Amino acid sequence: MNAYTGKVLRVDLGSRTTREEPIDPKLAREFIGGRGLASKIYCDEVDAEVDPLDADNKLIFATGSLTGTSAMCGGRLMVVTKGALTGTIACSNVGGTIGPELKYAGFDMIIFEGKAAEPVVLVIDDGKVELRSAVELWGKNVHETEDALHAQLGAGFKFMSIGPAGEKLVRFACVMNDKGRAAGRSGVGAVMGSKNLKAVAVRGTGGVTVAKPEGFRTACLDALDVLMKAEITGKLLPQLGTAVLVNVINDSGIFPARNFQQGQFDTAGKISGETIVEQILVRRRACVACPIACGRVTALPDGKFTGRGDGPEYETIWALGADVGVDDLAAVTKANYICNELGMDTITAGATIACAMELFENSAVSENEVGGPLRFGDAEAVVNMMTRIGNRRGFGDVLAEGAARVADKYGRPDLFMGVKKQEFPAYDPRGTLGMGLQYATSNRGACHVRGYLIAPEILGFPVKADPHTSEGKAALTILFQDLTAVIDSSGICLFTALGMGAPELLAMLKTGTGFDYDMDEMMQAGERIWNLERLFNHRAGFSGKDDTLPKRLLDEPLTGGPAKGKTVPLDKMLTEYYRLRGWDVEGRPTREKLTALGL
Amino acid sequence: MTKILVLDPDSCTSCRLCELACSQRNFGVFRPSLSHIRVAINAEDAFYFPMVCIQCDDAPCIEECPTEALVRDPDTNAVVVVEENCTECGLCESACPYGAIRVFDGRAHKCDLCGGDPECVRFCAAGALRYESGESWPREQRQAYAEQLRNLAEEVKA
Repeated sequence: MNAYTGKVLRVDLGSRTTREEPIDPKLAREFIGGRGLASKIYCDEVDAEVDPLDADNKLIFATGSLTGTSAMCGGRLMVVTKGALTGTIACSNVGGTIGPELKYAGFDMIIFEGKAAEPVVLVIDDGKVELRSAVELWGKNVHETEDALHAQLGAGFKFMSIGPAGEKLVRFACVMNDKGRAAGRSGVGAVMGSKNLKAVAVRGTGGVTVAKPEGFRTACLDALDVLMKAEITGKLLPQLGTAVLVNVINDSGIFPARNFQQGQFDTAGKISGETIVEQILVRRRACVACPIACGRVTALPDGKFTGRGDGPEYETIWALGADVGVDDLAAVTKANYICNELGMDTITAGATIACAMELFENSAVSENEVGGPLRFGDAEAVVNMMTRIGNRRGFGDVLAEGAARVADKYGRPDLFMGVKKQEFPAYDPRGTLGMGLQYATSNRGACHVRGYLIAPEILGFPVKADPHTSEGKAALTILFQDLTAVIDSSGICLFTALGMGAPELLAMLKTGTGFDYDMDEMMQAGERIWNLERLFNHRAGFSGKDDTLPKRLLDEPLTGGPAKGKTVPLDKMLTEYYRLRGWDVEGRPTREKLTALGL
Repeated sequence: MTKILVLDPDSCTSCRLCELACSQRNFGVFRPSLSHIRVAINAEDAFYFPMVCIQCDDAPCIEECPTEALVRDPDTNAVVVVEENCTECGLCESACPYGAIRVFDGRAHKCDLCGGDPECVRFCAAGALRYESGESWPREQRQAYAEQLRNLAEEVKA
């Protein structure tokens, strides 16, 4: 097969056996690779009602079809499982170096089954596979784990590992690569921890070939030129990183502050991308095959908070900053470092603390229970709480369940800001209505990377859409969701969609894989993936009534900024969305639709 | 006037598109382990450094080669491998102070500037690799480069 290695590694952790299986080229074509192909395999093999943390759940690491080639920003890997946070299908994407390395080591995908009797690490060295004891690694944080494995195995290995948060089944634990890149959301790290799988170490010296080298080269160079000429991918992201968004989104009145009580954060400038460059940036850093290089290596050399590492990214700055009312960049960055070391999702970590802060300020939870005050704006409390969550100590053990369960526990489910038990990222949908529809319908709960409607509604790319009208948003949401499924499955970074379009992607995909896709087939593959995930969620017990938003966003108008007075008219958009999706009024894919998609 | 490959490590972002482009162009496979250009990366220190043959004027590899398998291309000023003359003896590999030649699969392999149109440069969006007019690397620049490589080697050892 071209672009693929053609091989899957299946690992039974219970019996400690491994075997190689071929990739089915027909499925590869229909599901593109990565997210799509792994989800297809996952849905075929796993009972949708499985408890995410049960040994019967499976965990898949999947490279995209173009991962390992020079496809622009094509170095990504997807972690597919049922999310410990959400109970929906989860796929969490990570950049860094692990995706290409896995392909060079000879595999497109690893499927983990069962549960190891004691902690293990999977070592893949150029096709040679071994499960080793990780008893001595258990308890180590992500940085210590990578360092210990580096010392043990020698140079050149890349890692995916969990920290204490994954071990202790924090519901939003992530899987980390290169110490600072995260397969972040939905609790995929807790699933890994439940399997006693501490880490995967991969080293590969092999390669990947493409179907039409000349055509592929041209497609890559065309995409490179388009990306570098575009304002966002060619200039803003390289210069300021994802945090370029802080001022842009705040100015649009949709930068949620204090658990979505406000749509703007007065002192956002103190935690902006510009401020990062001025105060803490050491150097930018790219994932493999990425000409954008939005990653930030930063350092806090002195002061109250010290350290060095990756980030903070935009969503992190929001969750550990504006959402908890903190404008101290050093504190935000320090809390980010702790999340990276303990291995947990910064968005849910911050958003859960924000929820707890609102509970505290409403006297729904006592100081005694928290172990001290927990007020918006208390930077030190946030930093301290991070360590307690990651280690499930004290009140941190409560917050380790995520905001939905915390809000339920204290009798205020209305204070959970999210969908399907996953907390919102950093955009208030009251001022970006398409994003509201996408949040409500996203297959892994509230999420910005299943369909980034911010691009047209706020950033004006590829065309400007009015963020304050619901008109046309159902069709736009569907287009973005389906295209995103293709991008993810190709192994390409979603940020490319802020600079290039579907034609560039199609050109790389065709010439790389040799599958003779046209635009219709490619977009239908995206639709197929979306419907496959939706079906899984239905079988897992979700239905149309879960496609909703918190009351605050539906009924309480924003009190200031450009979106002042707005709420999300969800019902209207949702009805149209179901209709255009070819689903029934309860949001279930119809037989005709499924037949048309070959599902 | 000939052109030279200018390395600007400070602009490198560690994306390794140069390695991918080089291996595909020269070996027909995306396989960084074969690439003539390699980015030394010490992520911890945010240290990224592209390493490739700088086509020295007084190239020790040419001097050491006993079979005239390394010659100067008059058009590009690159040192190129004459495959049929190469005996895999490996003297060039040990002679190169920059680690820019490797012997495998029956012959020496090194950067030949792609015959005057280096593929790595085409893929380097960060401007860390540029192909610009110039006679050859001036002595001071070569010394500075060697110095940086030495520091890197020490860091890696530590």
